[in-house]
Amino acid sequence: MTALLRAERVSKAFGGVQALSDCTVEVARGSITGLIGPNGSGKTTLFNIITGYERVDAGDVYAGDRKITNAPPERAFALGIGRTFQLTRIFPRLTVMENMLVAAQHRGVRRWHNPLARAGGQADRRRATELLEFTGIAGHAKALADTLSYGQRKLLELAYVLVADPEVVLLDEPAGGVNPSLIQHISARIGALNASGTTFLIVEHNMDFVMGLCDRVTVLDYGTVVASGPPEIIRNDPRVLDAYLGTTEEDDDAPDP
Amino acid sequence: MTGPDPVTATGLLRRAAAWRGGGALVLLAAVALFPLVFTNALVTTIGVDTLIFVAAAAAWNIFSGYSGYISLGHAVFFGSGAYTVGIAARDWQLTGNSVFALLPLAAVVAAVVAVPFGLVALRVRRHTFVVVTIAVFFIFQLMAFNFSFTGGTTGVSSPFLAWNPGTYNDPFYYLALAIGVGTVGLSWLIRGSRFGLQLRAIRDDEDRARGLGVRTMRVKLAAFVISAFVTGLLGGLWFYFISQVLPQSGFDPQFDLSVALIAFFGGLGTVSGPVLGALVLIPAQQYLTEQFTNDYLSQIVLGSLFLGVILLLPRGVIPTSSEKITSWRARRSGRLAAAGAAGGAAAGAAGREDPR
Repeated sequence: MTALLRAERVSKAFGGVQALSDCTVEVARGSITGLIGPNGSGKTTLFNIITGYERVDAGDVYAGDRKITNAPPERAFALGIGRTFQLTRIFPRLTVMENMLVAAQHRGVRRWHNPLARAGGQADRRRATELLEFTGIAGHAKALADTLSYGQRKLLELAYVLVADPEVVLLDEPAGGVNPSLIQHISARIGALNASGTTFLIVEHNMDFVMGLCDRVTVLDYGTVVASGPPEIIRNDPRVLDAYLGTTEEDDDAPDP
Repeated sequence: MTGPDPVTATGLLRRAAAWRGGGALVLLAAVALFPLVFTNALVTTIGVDTLIFVAAAAAWNIFSGYSGYISLGHAVFFGSGAYTVGIAARDWQLTGNSVFALLPLAAVVAAVVAVPFGLVALRVRRHTFVVVTIAVFFIFQLMAFNFSFTGGTTGVSSPFLAWNPGTYNDPFYYLALAIGVGTVGLSWLIRGSRFGLQLRAIRDDEDRARGLGVRTMRVKLAAFVISAFVTGLLGGLWFYFISQVLPQSGFDPQFDLSVALIAFFGGLGTVSGPVLGALVLIPAQQYLTEQFTNDYLSQIVLGSLFLGVILLLPRGVIPTSSEKITSWRARRSGRLAAAGAAGGAAAGAAGREDPR
């Protein structure tokens, strides 16, 4: 069976720095795949390439059987690939509900919309409210997103990506800079969503989070895949220990700069 | 976390909406009756100018205010509209009232000009965008100076309108009022629409908006073209009113600055801000020009006024004052509410309600 999402032999250089070289990563339908590696190993660059924020130098990206190499972000999203950013990116001067509705507008099949219709029909608002309740920030629906705390912003970003019912969600450090009880909360939410069919690809430095949640873990180092497999095998792989986990004690809580 | 009592919150919002609606109606009635009370042609001329700028600033705001792309090239559309009707009336030898049938043409030509202009300029952002719009503006002014069909430095003169000088201004006044009301109505519709939400999302974080499926180029260009359409229409109207267009008056850098200042003064990205800004600034400017026959003095006074606003009300009159009022109300209701914690949270949230 073909993977839901596949980056095949992708290479990308920024000036003289080879961020990714010949990197192949697969995400199976229904899985939670973890992507780990030291800072600067190319994790976020891979996210950017999959979601159209960067162009590849070589290689291809597939969503199922469809080649989506270099598709722009709006196209990647329309194809069911949602993502969050390492440093949360919300719309600060829109209300929390309006943040949700930006994404809600692009749900479902393409059809003609009256552009001047009020933003957010009943169905969209109901779905948005459900997701805000699900993530636990429904009480802030009418507040400007600017007023949310860092953790709440992470939850909002997760919620508005989900509003369009993406097939696969790419999370860039969902537990980074978040307090332990909120990490539990986020982890539980991801598990629940996965149980109802959403596939995840997660970049994260928090090893308990990754090992507890993921069915499969891929390790990047210097832009290439070092190892890939179930968490219990990855945990003991000498190459991984050498490249990354060996230094986990110091690195664990530090998000990428 | 608990929000404010939903019944009270909804009630407050409804009351605020009723106040806004009532205020708009009273203002509209006052503006509509204005030329019947003040018949002096000098006064009604200021009225026409003011209404043209109400509409122009509202149109500018639909694009620049909502999307955050500050255009200093909207005079391109104003001038294109003016020249379009001027050249058409001249070449097709139209005279009398029939020339007003050309106004839609002014709007369409400006909108057509906006397409290639937008396709080029909207590829860049922020300061670069501002610079590109200024550059395009000067290209148009230079073309008006140098082409023969634009009349070069002598420009184009309007066909003579055989109207009674005593009431000459009135038709212009009401036409400008109609365009102004239409534009503000359109601005209000767009602000609450999915299109408007997409524009405001672009203003906040364009790349993030793309990642949530917003086809940003299309959305920005649509707003640019709509804005140009209205501005071109106003250019055409202004041409008949002034009865002549010159390269430096049709493509006037001061027009670009004025619409931007008006919107900044009233509140960028709000529906009522540009209206308020134009109603205050244009009569003030005209009044000062007449009081101090020295034009520079009035410019200095206006400039100081603007600096004062930037210092005291950096986000414009409407957003800052509405923020102050909501937080004052929330504090008051917070004191009334027994639960201090819930009230404080509500105040924090309500104080940052998005201004309209």
